Parts: sequence; structure tokens; C-alpha cells
Amino acid sequence: MASSDGEVKVLGTWSSPFVMRARIALNLKSVNHEFLQERLWEGKSQLLLQSNPVHKKVPVLIHGHHTISESLIIVQYIDEVWSSAPSILPSQPLERATARFWAAYLDEKWFPSMRGIGMAEGEDARRAAVGQVEEGLVLLEEAFGECSKGRPFFGGDRIGYLDIAFGCFLGWLRVTEKMSGIRLLNETKTPQLLKWAHGFCSDDAVKDVMPETEKLAEFAKMIMSRVKGAATGTGKS
Amino acid sequence: MADSNVKVLGTWASPFAMRVRIALHLKSVGYEYVEENLLEAKSELLLKSNPVHKKVPVLFLGDKPVCESLIIVHYIDEVWTSVPSILPSDPYDRAESRFWAAYVDDKFFPALRRVLVSTEEDRKAAMAELLEGVVLLEEAFRKLSKGKAFFGGDNLGYVDLAVGSLLAWIKVIEKFTETEALSEAKTPSLAAWADCFSSHAAVKDVFPNVDKLADFGLKLRAKFSKAAAAAAATTTTTD
Repeated sequence: MASSDGEVKVLGTWSSPFVMRARIALNLKSVNHEFLQERLWEGKSQLLLQSNPVHKKVPVLIHGHHTISESLIIVQYIDEVWSSAPSILPSQPLERATARFWAAYLDEKWFPSMRGIGMAEGEDARRAAVGQVEEGLVLLEEAFGECSKGRPFFGGDRIGYLDIAFGCFLGWLRVTEKMSGIRLLNETKTPQLLKWAHGFCSDDAVKDVMPETEKLAEFAKMIMSRVKGAATGTGKS
Repeated sequence: MADSNVKVLGTWASPFAMRVRIALHLKSVGYEYVEENLLEAKSELLLKSNPVHKKVPVLFLGDKPVCESLIIVHYIDEVWTSVPSILPSDPYDRAESRFWAAYVDDKFFPALRRVLVSTEEDRKAAMAELLEGVVLLEEAFRKLSKGKAFFGGDNLGYVDLAVGSLLAWIKVIEKFTETEALSEAKTPSLAAWADCFSSHAAVKDVFPNVDKLADFGLKLRAKFSKAAAAAAATTTTTD
């Protein structure tokens, strides 16, 4: 019953790491798809509200008459529908559990802590936020060692689930490094991750969907000023 | 075969630990159960086996720990591949099941917890949010069950475990607030399902006694209020 027939579309935005996960997964499977961009400042589209009424968020994968939401759920769906092409999840149950564990950790703990750096007010708060992110990176460096077993990716010789789950944040990580002047990934504490990051970003499935750091930094500045403008009541709509 | 090698670290009150135990029961896998005492300091075993989150449940197969209840349920389904399958077989059905389970953990459970720790003034808003969630789950049930007894159809499935494990706490809330969250009038499908779920052979031995859970809930509230008051005191005394 698992048919890969039907048009494939991804509803998303160019700047969202979560949207990137869906696109990378489709690229890995060589699945032709259309990318429908939400216009960020114009309110949520009808298509988005209809296809993800519960959360009203991107990404949404549209496959024939099915709509699938939540980036990690979308990645698993893609892996299971296009099952002949390279596997995204590992084959062993324990390795799958480990990959899922770290992906969940990234979404629930690590990425929020990284966002926290940009939102921190005052030097103390910023230092605390940076500390949290760095602690997380040390954990992820260890996890890389265990999962990769000496090969270039978390998934081994090729990009896998955890590479996608983590790698999608590299654009924002680089923006954070640029804006804070701190090298979060570095040769001292995270040598393996530093190397992995280069490999990930230059992979064929990734390079066309990873936003340029400059463009993302400009975008970040624009969001910050809108947020601050809204907070002080001087923002223009 | 691997039965003697399986251990679960949990607590009787934890809905998340319940999910794991139900999954093992569904697969007829025997296991050793180790009870963690929630009101005391965390055990060595817990801290060692789940250093990142320091939370139950933890499943051990031999000496290998697996953490996070929904991840553990996937793992159980993938290791013990005999019927019944906990996740559906079709990829779209699997995605839908995962969606609703994630909804429970990301939105519904936090709403439930907010009601439990709420003050008099917050309670109404917190309860309204929870009831909105119940309405969504009623709709989800009708869609996923396709007219059968469970979210998973004829058998307990992934979403049954995700939602059903919270039923006892929902009943505690109903007791505390004297409001019905699930009712024949407003959520007929869920009300009927709740009875089927809690009396299922794989569930009934691990479904907590609601009065006992209510008492425990009060103790947790007291612990939470004490911690919140202490935190408030420290923030008001620093610059």
C-alpha cells in the first residue's frame, strides 16, 4: 500500500532549518518535488492553514492527497515511502533509537538553547546561554564518536537521520557565531563536529538548500528589529 | 528468549513508564521492573543510564539503556517483531500516529500539567486549554480508529499508548476540578475508548489507582509550589 506515486510538494520557507530537513531527505532519495514558499510577512497561507490546522507551521509535505507535518515525522515518512533508495534511518533498532534520541534532544533542548543566545539580555545571560549550547555540543561530539564509528557522518558513510536533524541547524549556528564572535564549533572542544559540518554542508543533497550565512544573518537582523520594534510599539507592519 | 535480559526503570505514577510496560505486555515480553522513588533523590542507576535527561522510563536490554518513552515504544516494536505490531504498517498511517503521539507530548501533556500545578486564578484558562485538546483528540480518534475500538483499530496501537497513559491523570484532574474532561455527552468516542483502554489485559495491572494518584498529585503540587516559592525568593534577592 506504500505508493511513491503522486505529486510531491514541500510547503516551507528558505530560512527554516525544519523545512530543510524535508528537502534534504527528498534530495537523498532523488525525489522530484516542488518547493512552495510561504511568504513570511504576509500571514499564513490558506494552504498552510488547511494542511496543518493543528500547528499551522511549516514544513508540510504534500504527497498526492496526503499531507504530513512535523519535520522529523516527514523525514521518517520519506524514508519509509521511498524505501529502495539509500536508507535514512539506521537499520539496527538500537542505532535507530540512538539517532531518534539525539534528534529529539536537538529539538527539545539544544536548538532552544541556541535561540536563547540571540534573545539573551545582558552579558551574564548571554554567557549562560552560550555555556548551555557549548555543553550540548560536547555531548553531541561524544555522540558523533559513538554513532559514526570513525566514518564521516552520524549515519556512517552517508548522511542519515541524525545528520539531517542536526545539520539543518548549521546555518543558524554560523549566524550565531558571527553575531556573538564565539566559535561554537572549534578544533579544541568539537574537532569531529567541525569536520563533519564541512562534509555535511558540501553534500550534494544539502548544498542547494542550505542558506548562505550572510543572507541568513541579514534575515536574523531583520527579525530582531521587527521583534524589538513590536515590543516597543514602534514596529511598522 | 531475551526476556530475562529486559529491565524497566520507572515509577508507578509515570504515564511515560506505563507506555513502556504496556508495550512489553502487548509483546508478551517478561521484564524486571525497578521502581524509582519520585519524591526522593534520583538513583545512581537512573543518573548513570539517562545522564542527559535524568528521567524515567529507561528500558534496558542487557546493559544497553534506551530512553524517552515514545522512542522506547518504537524500539520495542522493532525488536520484538511478532504480532501485534504497535505502529501501523502503512507509512502514511505511521506518520499520522506519530503526529498525534507528538501532539500529546508537545501540547496535551503540558496543558495537563499546567492544570495540575495551576493556582486558583490560572485554573480556568489552563482547563479550557486542556478541554480544547480533548476535542482535538476526539476528532483524531474518529479518524484513526475507523469505527473500531482503539486508535490502533482492533488492537491497542501507538496512539492508544500515548493518550491512554494519561487517562489516570485526567481522572485526577476531573476529581480535583469537579469537571468532566471526557464525557459521553461531549466526547462519546473517547469516553467509550477510555473504558476499553483501562480494562485491557495489557493495561489494567499498570493503570494506577486514581485516589492514590490524586494523593500523590497533591504531594507533587506541594513540592512544586515549594520549589517555585524558593526560586521566586532567590530572584527577588538578586540584582
